[in-house]
Amino acid sequence: MLLDKSLNELLTGYRDKSISPVDVINEAYGQIEKYSKDLNTLITVRDKQDALRHLKTLDPHLPLYGLPYVLKDSYSTTELRTTCASKILDNYHPPYDATVHKKLKDAGAILIGKGNQDAWGHGASTENSDYGMGKNPWDSTRVVGGSSGGPAAAVATRMCAFAIGEDTGGSIRNPAAWNNISSLRVTYGRVSRYGCIAYASSMDTVGPFGKTVQDLATVLSVIAGPDKYDATSVAHEVPNYQNELQNTPKKLKIGIAPEMFGNKLDTEIAQNSKDFASKLVEMGHVLVDISLPVAEISVAAYYILAPSETSSNLGRYDGIRYGSSRDLFTQESMRRIMVGTYELSSGYYDAYYRKALKIRTLLINTFQKAFDKCDVILLPENPIMPPKLGDLISDPLANMLADLYNTSVSLIGSPSLVIQSGFHKNGLPIGVQLVGKKFSESLLLALGHSYQSSTDWHAKGPSL
Amino acid sequence: MKKTSLISATDITHLAKLANLPISKERQVILADQIETTFKYIKTLVATDTENLIETNQVTGLTNVLREDIVDDSRTLTQEQALQNAKKTYNGFILVPAILE
Repeated sequence: MLLDKSLNELLTGYRDKSISPVDVINEAYGQIEKYSKDLNTLITVRDKQDALRHLKTLDPHLPLYGLPYVLKDSYSTTELRTTCASKILDNYHPPYDATVHKKLKDAGAILIGKGNQDAWGHGASTENSDYGMGKNPWDSTRVVGGSSGGPAAAVATRMCAFAIGEDTGGSIRNPAAWNNISSLRVTYGRVSRYGCIAYASSMDTVGPFGKTVQDLATVLSVIAGPDKYDATSVAHEVPNYQNELQNTPKKLKIGIAPEMFGNKLDTEIAQNSKDFASKLVEMGHVLVDISLPVAEISVAAYYILAPSETSSNLGRYDGIRYGSSRDLFTQESMRRIMVGTYELSSGYYDAYYRKALKIRTLLINTFQKAFDKCDVILLPENPIMPPKLGDLISDPLANMLADLYNTSVSLIGSPSLVIQSGFHKNGLPIGVQLVGKKFSESLLLALGHSYQSSTDWHAKGPSL
Repeated sequence: MKKTSLISATDITHLAKLANLPISKERQVILADQIETTFKYIKTLVATDTENLIETNQVTGLTNVLREDIVDDSRTLTQEQALQNAKKTYNGFILVPAILE
């Protein structure tokens, strides 16, 4: 398939006319036609003729010229309705574009669909969607992961060239690992959140899904940077991430925390992460013991701060200026809103919310100590393999623990790269995460790229 | 009898009212149980000493991010755009539920 090619190969082909962007767009729509309805991958699909008409208006020299992409349905788009996977916004047509969408559009990329997700970002499986549970392309009886499950599956099934997710407590990382693709949770503030429907504002981040780390670098170079419409975006220099991939890191200190390989971790996933570490050693890096006894307390603190913030953020949905009434929230979303309301209420604020803010400081200090001893931290991604459809949504505790290795990183604002690292004996893919200091995206991407240059886990796709 | 200790049925009704959520009776029962489970897990934080720690509200380190007080025309909605998603409008305004008799 043309869509198996990297973004660079496609762009080079467009410029020397060996590949037609029309053929690639047709191929993407073909895949959507074949698989999206069965797998509940996309919520809304752009009219193909509209996309092709738009292509004709574009300058072929634009950095992402003609590349078809999918956005999580949490992003405001003037071309397509934005539902956030909730019937409350079933007919919502945003009058403005999210900054990430505008930047991609200005760079020549073409939006072709909006990806399924857990409604409002509430979940780790895309089961909590009003548009059908997202199914995993590797095994359609299992969850696709989430909350950005649709965009991840769209990349895995070649419905697009790349996609954009949103990660609060693991929503970009978890589905990447369960779909055998690469993804990046960026440093908080690296990419503008303007126009992304807020879940928990202090942790929400905007980031790419791609077939490879190299593709992530190509997209990140376009979407990163400060935005006057997002006061939490940071004016940190934006390097050319793609050029930075050539600076292959030498002899990095890779931190491994034994506490992150506890009894809640699937033994095969644990072994996979260790094999990944051995490969890094083979590549000339060294492993360093660090201490991070924080997985459980991070999940607990996260489930104070995220519901608190979401109870406030979702207060605006009153069905007056736009959207429908609040009885259409799913049970899962109602639970999170009510938990947050309780935690913020007078008399409980200190015991819960303030306590969690202090835990956040504890986490920052703990990771700081770890980063004093190493350059990058290697963590497992998911503690378990994708469960059967319906299992997580009915079990709030299991749902929370799916993000066991994700929430600490969210709370401290660090970047995390997820890359394909092999397969479980049941045939399903596994990923690991490489966590860095804030704004160390260049280093993480370069390390991930050099790993993928000597492995081929990323080259395997689901047999549909 | 369910040995619920943390969250009572009255709490659920009260929370639903605070959060402006119309909740059916069946859902109230399920939610009471699920919220109980959530809090049991969250309460494990009690064991972590945070006495001497300050709070971290945000991680950017940015303070007082301000902008010029000028109208940004590129971000101004037309009246039509502002009304395009409202279910009830009247003479170019959005109709809201009455709060006074």
